[in-house]
Amino acid sequence: MDNLQLLISGLANGCVYGLIALGFVLIYKATEAVNFAQGDFMMLGAFVTIGLTNTEYMGLPFWVALPISLGVMAALGYLLDRLVIRRMFGQSQTAVVILTIALGFVIRFVAGLIWGHEPQSLENPLAGKEVSFGGLVLGLEDVAVIIVTILLTWGLYEFFNRTKLGMAMQGASQNQLAAYYMGVPVKRVQGLIWGLAGAVACVAGILFAAKGAVDPNTGLMGIKAFAAAVIGGFGSLPGALAGGLIVGVIEPFASRYVAAGYSQIAPYALLLAVLIFRPHGLFSQVRVKKV
Amino acid sequence: MRIVFKTNYMQDIRPWKDGYQLSLYLILLAVVFAAPFFMDAFYLGEMTNVLIWAIAGLGLMILTGHTGQASLGHAAFLAMGCYANIILLDAGVPFMIAFPLAGILTGIIGMVIAIPALRLHGIYLAIATMAMSILVDDIIVLTEPWTGGVGGKYAPPVNIFGFMVDRWGTPREFYYLVLVVSVIVTLGYINLLRAPLGRSFIALRDSEVSAQAMGIDVARTKAISFAISCGITGLAGALMGLFAGAFNNETFSVVISIQLLMMIVIGGLGSIHGAFFGAIIVGFLPQFLSIAKEWVGAIAGGSSVAIPGLEFGIFGMILIIFILFEPMGIYGRWFKIRTWFELFPFYRKDMFKRQKSYLKTERLR
Amino acid sequence: MSLLEIENVTLKFGGLTAVDNLSFSVEQGEVFAIVGPNGAGKSTVFNLISRFYTPINGSIHFDGHDLLKEKASDVASHGVARTFQNIELFEQATVLENLLVGRHRHRQSNFLTELFFTPSVKKQEIQSRHYVEEIIDFLDLQAYREKRIAGLPYGVRKVVEVARALATDPKLLLLDEPASGLSVEETTDMRWWIDDIRRQMGITVLMVEHDMGLVSGVSDRVLAMADGARLALGTPAEVQSDPAVIEAYLGHAA
Repeated sequence: MDNLQLLISGLANGCVYGLIALGFVLIYKATEAVNFAQGDFMMLGAFVTIGLTNTEYMGLPFWVALPISLGVMAALGYLLDRLVIRRMFGQSQTAVVILTIALGFVIRFVAGLIWGHEPQSLENPLAGKEVSFGGLVLGLEDVAVIIVTILLTWGLYEFFNRTKLGMAMQGASQNQLAAYYMGVPVKRVQGLIWGLAGAVACVAGILFAAKGAVDPNTGLMGIKAFAAAVIGGFGSLPGALAGGLIVGVIEPFASRYVAAGYSQIAPYALLLAVLIFRPHGLFSQVRVKKV
Repeated sequence: MRIVFKTNYMQDIRPWKDGYQLSLYLILLAVVFAAPFFMDAFYLGEMTNVLIWAIAGLGLMILTGHTGQASLGHAAFLAMGCYANIILLDAGVPFMIAFPLAGILTGIIGMVIAIPALRLHGIYLAIATMAMSILVDDIIVLTEPWTGGVGGKYAPPVNIFGFMVDRWGTPREFYYLVLVVSVIVTLGYINLLRAPLGRSFIALRDSEVSAQAMGIDVARTKAISFAISCGITGLAGALMGLFAGAFNNETFSVVISIQLLMMIVIGGLGSIHGAFFGAIIVGFLPQFLSIAKEWVGAIAGGSSVAIPGLEFGIFGMILIIFILFEPMGIYGRWFKIRTWFELFPFYRKDMFKRQKSYLKTERLR
Repeated sequence: MSLLEIENVTLKFGGLTAVDNLSFSVEQGEVFAIVGPNGAGKSTVFNLISRFYTPINGSIHFDGHDLLKEKASDVASHGVARTFQNIELFEQATVLENLLVGRHRHRQSNFLTELFFTPSVKKQEIQSRHYVEEIIDFLDLQAYREKRIAGLPYGVRKVVEVARALATDPKLLLLDEPASGLSVEETTDMRWWIDDIRRQMGITVLMVEHDMGLVSGVSDRVLAMADGARLALGTPAEVQSDPAVIEAYLGHAA
């Protein structure tokens, strides 16, 4: 029963990792760029919602604040692409990586200026409520996190594989020039993807802040989400979620059963192992450069 | 632009273009060697710090700037060099042996780590090295008997040919130690770049397939690049440890790795100058910010307050501005300004226009 | 014995057969051209010789060496140099540096001697430059010697790629579509150069080319391919009049 409890809380954590990883993968799939600031996006999304909802700030009802903050974060993602990332069109992946790392520093700094450095929780309608299934007591927040994550992943997966826009996005990532010739508005599609990634980060942030507390350095958690994305194989949405769940579940079990000092190594050790033995994740795609 | 008519191959092979350029660098060298005579201990310490960062930057520059392999984990090698040096010193090994040995050991470890990492490209390598950098923190704690764990270690004064050198007691001697190391590393770097090995690094960076078709063994050359890069970084780490005086598992965190990479990007990837320019920014930014804060505080009338994350926030903004407007870094800007003066009034705006290349995917379905 | 012998080579990508039981040999001193429609597997043959791909069966011998036992980087050291269809130059380096990389297979120095730039390294550098300057003269690249590739026009890049391949001092030169994208004048220049490479330098040339004017102008023998397999092999005139080749080129309309 204890293990089951661990499993559930691990899964809930894993969902947040998975959602951040989903943001990485979205952007990677559509633009072949990697947004190292995705974790900081999540942190920012959480703070924006806290700023709108919590009584010490604006004190709006949660359900009113939710669409506003989603919109704000989506707009931010879109503007970011519009004003910054788009200028990097055609530059190397590494340049984008370094740019987004720098962006993360800036976001952390700005968030610290506005909301301070104390950890804060989101006031939400589910706070403190519990459900029990035959002796198993679960926080309602944990259950909500898992359900929301699964729905969101499924929705995005369907979007990419069924809708015209989703397929245009995939095409744009595979060969920008060819997609452009085929009439896909590559630039606008990229902007939409960044907006979408911003909204997904916002959802992750809300879920995270509802379960625990955020401070400006929470964004560094993005590194674990990275591990998740890599384990799942960059480029696969369900893979990202699976990777997130694996990382999330490993953590509580490692800290319970592995000697102290070794436990926090687990996600990174797994990441390195996957990179070395299955460099393209558990859902691998063949990569051969054509000459 | 001064046009040099080359009449023999040595004019091409030697590192300087003409006597004018050579004399400029000799003057610069004379100035930095004379620095202790007109600088106080505080600024000499800052200069020392800048030079140590520059050595570390040179180490990463070989790998990232010249071989094209981005590493987000070089703080791990700083740590290895630092701990190897101190552990050897504690074991009674004289500094003149312990110091180069620390570099060589770090280089060998770097090469061993490179072997699995060779299969990784671009962002995957960046992520793997980043994970490694995070793990090093934990490994230092776990290997407490050697590393002192969370409690850390203290650097003893070192004996160089009978001179006792330590950062606080004899800042001038310590400055000379760091300066000599940085000059030697720079000269070695220049030599490599004008020899086949350096060219094969550049070849790998620009096109792995055609490097291979020219007979360059990709895996071997990358491993050598890793080894040299990590070796130099190890030397910088050893000096950093001595400079800091005390250090523990948190001294060489992943943030330092990121800062190092950002530093060489700001300085200018693919140039030796870039490592030095970047180090000057990293070294003097905190001083500059504290002066600026006092200044703003004086104008605004309030007292200067500590703003956490300010340094990194500003650093991040500088980096974003450079990547967007001057991807070749400070070196690129400097080069353009120099050309402008040399060509005056014939400089054209599009002289350094980059060719836009469209992103080609490497994924196959 | 022939310089290059390819026997019964087959390569598959997933379910697609890229090269199908292909055999041919290239004699010392000849210019040998491979022609065929897009997707016929011409470039794939080059990539097999360069060891970028490994065939599922068959053998590739060059100058007495079994290339399938070698690493990709060792192919060049036996004396095979190549160019690429989409130009793979070292973009951020100058023309001179690109050609000097071509001398890499003749490197005698090692890490330590280069670190101290010993007199032997200096001597080697002078020799490399001497060799490279001759190539620069040969292909009229003097005006671009110190220029970065990134700023060069397409036609010049094509020539630099040939120059870099020649700098390796090869026995066999593989040219992957040397005339694609070139103007009529540039193509004529390329034709004379290929002729000179064979006559003056004594280098055997194997090329993939679409321009039949160039192919029939310089090559001794032509191999026509379709769907990874051999359609015809013979002199340019023979191959051009071969009914199977005409069928493959003009398709089902004929």
